[in-house]
Amino acid sequence: MSSSKTKTTRPNGHTRLIAPRVTFGETLARLGTKNRRLVVLDADLSTSTKTSLFRDRFPNRFFQMGIAEQNMVGAAAGLSLQGFIPIVSTFAAFATRAWEQFRLSVAVPKLNVKLVVTHAGVTVGADGVSAQMTEDIALMRTLPHVTVLSPADAIETSSALVSAINHIGPVYLRLGRPAVPVIHSSRDKFRIGRAEVLSPGTDVTLIATGLMVAPTLTAAHKLKTQGVSSEVINLSTIKPLDHRTILKSVSRTQAVVTAEDHQQAGGMGSAVAELLAQNLPSPIEMVALDDTFGQSGTSEELAAKFGLTPQHIITAATKALSRKTNPLPSRKSTPAKPSQTSLTNQASL
Amino acid sequence: MTPLTSKQKLNLKIVSKKLRQAVVTMTSAASAGHPGGSLSCIDILTLLSERHLTFTTKSSRSKHHLDNLFVLSKGHAAPALYAMLAHKQVISPTQLKSFRQLGSPLQGHPDLRFLPQAGSCTGSLGQGLSVALGMALGAKLRNSAQRIFALVGDGEINEGMVWEATLTAAHHQLDNLTVIIDHNGFQQTGTTSQILNTDPIETKFQAFNWTTFGINGHDFDQINWALDPDRVVPNRPTAIVAYTTKGKGVSFMEGDIAFHGTPANSNQLKQALNELK
Repeated sequence: MSSSKTKTTRPNGHTRLIAPRVTFGETLARLGTKNRRLVVLDADLSTSTKTSLFRDRFPNRFFQMGIAEQNMVGAAAGLSLQGFIPIVSTFAAFATRAWEQFRLSVAVPKLNVKLVVTHAGVTVGADGVSAQMTEDIALMRTLPHVTVLSPADAIETSSALVSAINHIGPVYLRLGRPAVPVIHSSRDKFRIGRAEVLSPGTDVTLIATGLMVAPTLTAAHKLKTQGVSSEVINLSTIKPLDHRTILKSVSRTQAVVTAEDHQQAGGMGSAVAELLAQNLPSPIEMVALDDTFGQSGTSEELAAKFGLTPQHIITAATKALSRKTNPLPSRKSTPAKPSQTSLTNQASL
Repeated sequence: MTPLTSKQKLNLKIVSKKLRQAVVTMTSAASAGHPGGSLSCIDILTLLSERHLTFTTKSSRSKHHLDNLFVLSKGHAAPALYAMLAHKQVISPTQLKSFRQLGSPLQGHPDLRFLPQAGSCTGSLGQGLSVALGMALGAKLRNSAQRIFALVGDGEINEGMVWEATLTAAHHQLDNLTVIIDHNGFQQTGTTSQILNTDPIETKFQAFNWTTFGINGHDFDQINWALDPDRVVPNRPTAIVAYTTKGKGVSFMEGDIAFHGTPANSNQLKQALNELK
């Protein structure tokens, strides 16, 4: 379990922002030196997905497949049957075009193909809905045999990629487009299937994935000043779901908020709800797109419009808390600042 | 290239009869399956089996695979593949009667989970060709002399991804990839010209920069000639458009669309086996 996390701040107070897809490209190029079985397939988007870095170092192991994603995924299956480890990379919206090929040619026989997508979620921005894939977690987690990863920042992206490559079997790894705050250190270890408790808490469990983790940490800080102690969990593995960590947390807090840049339907929150409904029914609020497609805008405008900001997470936490049927005896959290208001009963929030 | 001797042709004839018997028997036993499209490609599969395919390793997913590879992209012709694998002693002939049964290695369509030697998971048309293309890319990367063969159907080439693969194979100069199109002229609900006309098929592959041949898909000399390595032009993949008869070898099935997805009943089976003696 990692110690309490805050945003990594520089001496001048600014948070370090890095686009995970850039780190993906850099890490992939580095891994290509050690692992000669790695091959990379692109559908004419390598400058955006950053697989161009691998291409420049290892041109004979980089396969330009053109704007033909279905064939690309099938070809990856063929390469894996020949003993290579294919990394197939494109935008999430176009990878899902090849969902059925991924299903039959890769997932069914558990082939060792890694589908690493960038530009997932509505925060993709001005390109608009054709590039804003907000249904891919649902599509991919429903496939048996597929591991679904959603790292929170650039550092975790690097370690998740290593884990994905070491894992034998199909992997879907989802990255957004924008630069996001770095919240991990290079010493942090990633493990497939392990949910990461970023900061312990007692009143509500906030489970976030991908680029919603940083806003969730921000929300947790704000909630703390209001006397609410949140346990923040980074769900960087959506499948297989870490039942133990989630149930352990929720059995204590008895209230949950999930946060993702994805539809509510079938996403990470749904996966958590499936677990809770069958084991530990609890009030759950989901911060996600509510059955709506995206549109052009800046990442910030879109997050505001589609309810993906820290304030939305705070509101959700408040709702979840108010739905607790048996309010716990008032728990004191350690005051962090002298200006913190006195503790109030959760029900009155 | 040495032409086939009459002894070799006789052997091919015997093997093809045996495979056809297996196809009608197993589909009738299962009361399900696709005899028409399985029978049309038997002669092609026979030639491949006897002169180009070896199965020297237990699992087709082993790392240093030096056998040539075959993908049945028209996966519904699984009975033909299974018959061939039984003939090659990759599976036991006794398993043929378990076709389509629960837990059988002989799933309704080729399934690597149950049969590692199946080549790829097919049955969703279009996909097998792309997998074969990936295998060919891998063989090139490894500097291997492996040849990759794929069999596609003439209805299957309706699928867009087939043309993605066709563009890509030529672009990547995959001269180790040979695709045979089983052009029997029928799909499930009509002729290929009725459903979605794809003629002229050879002209299309030529336009896509493939070395292309049209042959009689039931003439062993022609099949042998087309599959010979001498036909391969460096840096160009090879397409063999095989003109075939759906249901070939069983008189009442030949050219009858009813037998696309319906097996022979017990009386018909008797007649079929009689003809295939």
